[in-house]
Amino acid sequence: MTTTPHRAAGADSGTAGLARAFAEYVPSIEARDVVTVRPRYGLVIDGAEREAREGRVFATTEPATGAHLADVAEAGDGDVDDAVAAARRAYEGGWRDLPGRARAKYLFRIARLLQDRSREFAVLESIDGGKPIRESRDIDVPLAAAHLFHHAGWADKLEYAVPGMSARPLGVVGQIIPWNFPLLMAAWKIAPALACGNTVVLKPAETTPLTALLLAELIAEADLPPGVVNVVTGPGTTGAALAAHPGVDKVAFTGSTGVGKAILRALAGTGTRLTLELGGKGANIVFDDAALDQVVEGIVDGIFFNQGHVCCAGSRLLVQEGVAGELLDRLRRRIELLRVGDPLDKNTDVGAINSSAQLERIRGFVEGAAAEGCRIDQPARAIPSEGLFFPPTIVSGLGGSEAIAREEVFGPVLAVQTFRTEAEAVAKANATAYGLSAGIWTEKGSRILWTSQRLRAGVVWANCFNQFDPASPFGGVRESGFGREGGRQGLAEYLSLAPVGA
Amino acid sequence: MLSLGRDTRGSVLTGSLLGAPVRVAAVDGYALEQRAARLAARSVKRESKEAGLELAAHCIDLTTLEGADTPGKVRALCSRALHPDPDDPAMAPVAAVCVYPALVAEARAAVEGSGVKVASVAGAFPSGQSHLADRLDEIRRAVEDGADEIDIVLNRGALLAGRLDVVHDEVAASKEACGRAHLKTILETGELGSYEMVRLASMVAMAAGSDVIKTSTGKLPVGATAPVALCMAEAIREFSDQTGVEVGLKLAGGIRTSKQALGYLAIVAETLGPDWLTPDRFRIGASTLLNDIVLQRRFRRTGRYGRTHDLPVD
Amino acid sequence: MTGRLEVRKTYKLFIGGAFPRSESGRTTPVTTPDGRLLAHVAQASRKDVRDAVRAARGAQGAWDGRTPYNRGQIIYRVAEVLEGRSAQLAGELEAVGVASADARADVERAIDAAVYWAGFADKLDALAGGVNPVAGPFLNLSTTVPLGVCALACPGTGVHGVVSLVCPAIMAGNTVVALAGGPAALVTSTLGEVIATSDVPGGVVNLLTGDHAQLLPWLADHDDVDLIDLSGAPDGSAADLEARAADNLKRTVRTGGAEDLLTAMAFCEIRTVWHPARI
Repeated sequence: MTTTPHRAAGADSGTAGLARAFAEYVPSIEARDVVTVRPRYGLVIDGAEREAREGRVFATTEPATGAHLADVAEAGDGDVDDAVAAARRAYEGGWRDLPGRARAKYLFRIARLLQDRSREFAVLESIDGGKPIRESRDIDVPLAAAHLFHHAGWADKLEYAVPGMSARPLGVVGQIIPWNFPLLMAAWKIAPALACGNTVVLKPAETTPLTALLLAELIAEADLPPGVVNVVTGPGTTGAALAAHPGVDKVAFTGSTGVGKAILRALAGTGTRLTLELGGKGANIVFDDAALDQVVEGIVDGIFFNQGHVCCAGSRLLVQEGVAGELLDRLRRRIELLRVGDPLDKNTDVGAINSSAQLERIRGFVEGAAAEGCRIDQPARAIPSEGLFFPPTIVSGLGGSEAIAREEVFGPVLAVQTFRTEAEAVAKANATAYGLSAGIWTEKGSRILWTSQRLRAGVVWANCFNQFDPASPFGGVRESGFGREGGRQGLAEYLSLAPVGA
Repeated sequence: MLSLGRDTRGSVLTGSLLGAPVRVAAVDGYALEQRAARLAARSVKRESKEAGLELAAHCIDLTTLEGADTPGKVRALCSRALHPDPDDPAMAPVAAVCVYPALVAEARAAVEGSGVKVASVAGAFPSGQSHLADRLDEIRRAVEDGADEIDIVLNRGALLAGRLDVVHDEVAASKEACGRAHLKTILETGELGSYEMVRLASMVAMAAGSDVIKTSTGKLPVGATAPVALCMAEAIREFSDQTGVEVGLKLAGGIRTSKQALGYLAIVAETLGPDWLTPDRFRIGASTLLNDIVLQRRFRRTGRYGRTHDLPVD
Repeated sequence: MTGRLEVRKTYKLFIGGAFPRSESGRTTPVTTPDGRLLAHVAQASRKDVRDAVRAARGAQGAWDGRTPYNRGQIIYRVAEVLEGRSAQLAGELEAVGVASADARADVERAIDAAVYWAGFADKLDALAGGVNPVAGPFLNLSTTVPLGVCALACPGTGVHGVVSLVCPAIMAGNTVVALAGGPAALVTSTLGEVIATSDVPGGVVNLLTGDHAQLLPWLADHDDVDLIDLSGAPDGSAADLEARAADNLKRTVRTGGAEDLLTAMAFCEIRTVWHPARI
């Protein structure tokens, strides 16, 4: 069969030029002036902002430019003492005994205030953390508000959280959160804690403290009693002081597996309740009958979402041999379209790497894979020469023993392996110390069920990836941690439960 | 004879005009819709927007398909097609005018020598529920009257009844009846029930020799949608990968605003590549869209919001 | 005197469905309160711990693959066989000095615990999991999954201390290595015979008699143990054992064998599966 050349009006080099000019998408930059970044931020303790006792500060910078954003108070042990004491006073002084309905109203208020100021939060999140504005605007902020809204409704229904169990708050909760989803993790942590009647000391990540501090401002706008939510900013030592503080009844930590183990050791024998949401090396399993065009999008969402700074990222692609070549061709074509650059450009797909240390770590993994003879694919399109950026990267030709196939890279790097049968796919997916997430792509329903029942993972996404919801429990198995966040199961982690009548 | 078979990977069409089997990939609705929504929401500004709007105007099939159409109405349509903005002579004509068969001669005369193509719906548009011989006859007469392009409807009844051979053979016969004219096959996706069926219909229509596959007649409440456009663009890409044959895409039905048009351009540009965005491989069937583009262009030129009531009416 | 000479029993370990002596060759003499020798009970070593964990790991996948209803029936069978052996078990407790009424009560509580957990197996998902109403076109389903291999530091001096930890753990699809010592040694060994004759597949339940203080660190350190229930751990050992358990993020719990949903939840985790409901 042949096609006859057919030229309509305008079918000349003119439209080709127009098409390219269109598809360039000139920068469409979200206005920064919606948010005011102050030169100095203090700790939020007992409803007031204040300097650290020892007066120390640390700088937070903008990853996309390297520019200094603000100086933030560095909480020492004494400040953590103050924050825990304030939280204890707030707990015993009324929050514990407030009717659930009143706590619900406070949380609904916070959710609404966050929605009112959503653009401000989105811009600040992208400036301080480097993630694309499209993600902070469409995912982080709305999902944070959803967590607050969802958990608000639980506050007066806690007797239904676990069947047959009466529920009481635990007390003071120390919460330590990472830099990849600064606001969202703050909401994930604060919302269930407050709904269950606990008070909170929150420790944001060192490189991304600003949205948590803005959230504290918003909590004050909602007129929460002083001390119910306290924010102590600082490096890992601040978090360690909080986690090990004897006045804390429960610790909730999201971060690396290494730090999680250190917290476990620090709390050994203390009886302090603990939940850990740690690292992962999620397998995204593609069977040969899958809808390949959608699979490509799922893989892209799975590993390039938030520059791959995602604990549940689908960082290992396991593809059935019969479609491996075709899928990789499509994937390589697809990453050519990914736009790496200014996080505030609404068309940016992949933003800035959060810190230079993280960028070095990612480079090290990819260079190591190249040295081991793996094939490295990166888009032809140039990445910005200034700021912290790394191109979307596909590493194929892996044996499975390479570091990049086993360790968490926490960057936009996909490691590709192949398999032949369902059993082999499951075995390879489970061949890791982690167990947070996994993906399954197939058109056959029974294959989804069979596979998901055998995957050692806390969350399995079938024909989708990186979906989150406050009603859905999230968390890992094995060395990805324990405890769940979200859903009924997440509430139980913030409650002291006893059989009714006991 | 065309038939749909299966192997471990899924569906395969065999026995088409092409000879070689054509794989029909599965489609997952949720991921498709997510991707389409994200592409349609691309933030297209300044120079990119200007280029996109000009390109969209270049790619329009300016259409009138009403029972009340008359030679006068068609002449007015052709006048707009040639001079979309009378105040801006730099604005190029659209790609084609699209009319009923009985008005092809009128349109041909009105656009003669301009480079604007004449397209005609034919083959018992919009239902297609007529005898094949009559439908082919209608195609031949429209071509004789001067149509450069023929828009036929796919036999949805046969498709939904599983008679892919009938669907294929009718399209192939229509292609033959077109002679030198180009064949655009309308899938009428609003009647197909699922994206999977849209993908299958696309592959059958392409395997049977369609030069362009088109979403809709414009006669249903549901016309082109972003996910359907993406689904068909992905089918075109896969067909091209498998056969080397590059088929065009026409979106029609409900496309009224510049913003919608830019969204569709983004879907095509990021699925088939910017090079696909030429009038010979990409069309938008529309009428009111053209005026919205004119308004947008005027705003770009003057910095002031304009009005439509002084634009020509067809 | 022409009375028949009694056949004495050898009290051994129960590993992988078999009754080995301790790999170390060591035994502990168990005597009546007045010092009469009852038996040389096998004293488990670290290598027995290793073997038991290996057996438990090997049996876990197939045990988890059974339906909850089937696991429930098998645990109920344990209760049935326990009932038949109740006089023997009570006698073994009385022999080491437990008062007769207490011995009987302990065995009866153990039987009732087995019945409780037998009936729990096919309720667990309904009570601890469920469909989550997410804000999108998805079926979002949370189900329980077992931890894998659970190490159980059994408390107390009797049958109930072992049965009340073993049953909820295996109910949820785990396999176990249960450690009991001291006066519970005789009944723990006999319990192996109960389990061996109750349709419980080999390796699902492994029973070690031995010294908690000596063996628990090995279990807490073991990288292939997923959970350790410290209900019967010696006083003052928690900090050390929990710190050891941190190395592979082993879950540490103290269920105390309470018959409630919290105990069941301690022995499982939640897996949530998403699937779009779009065509």
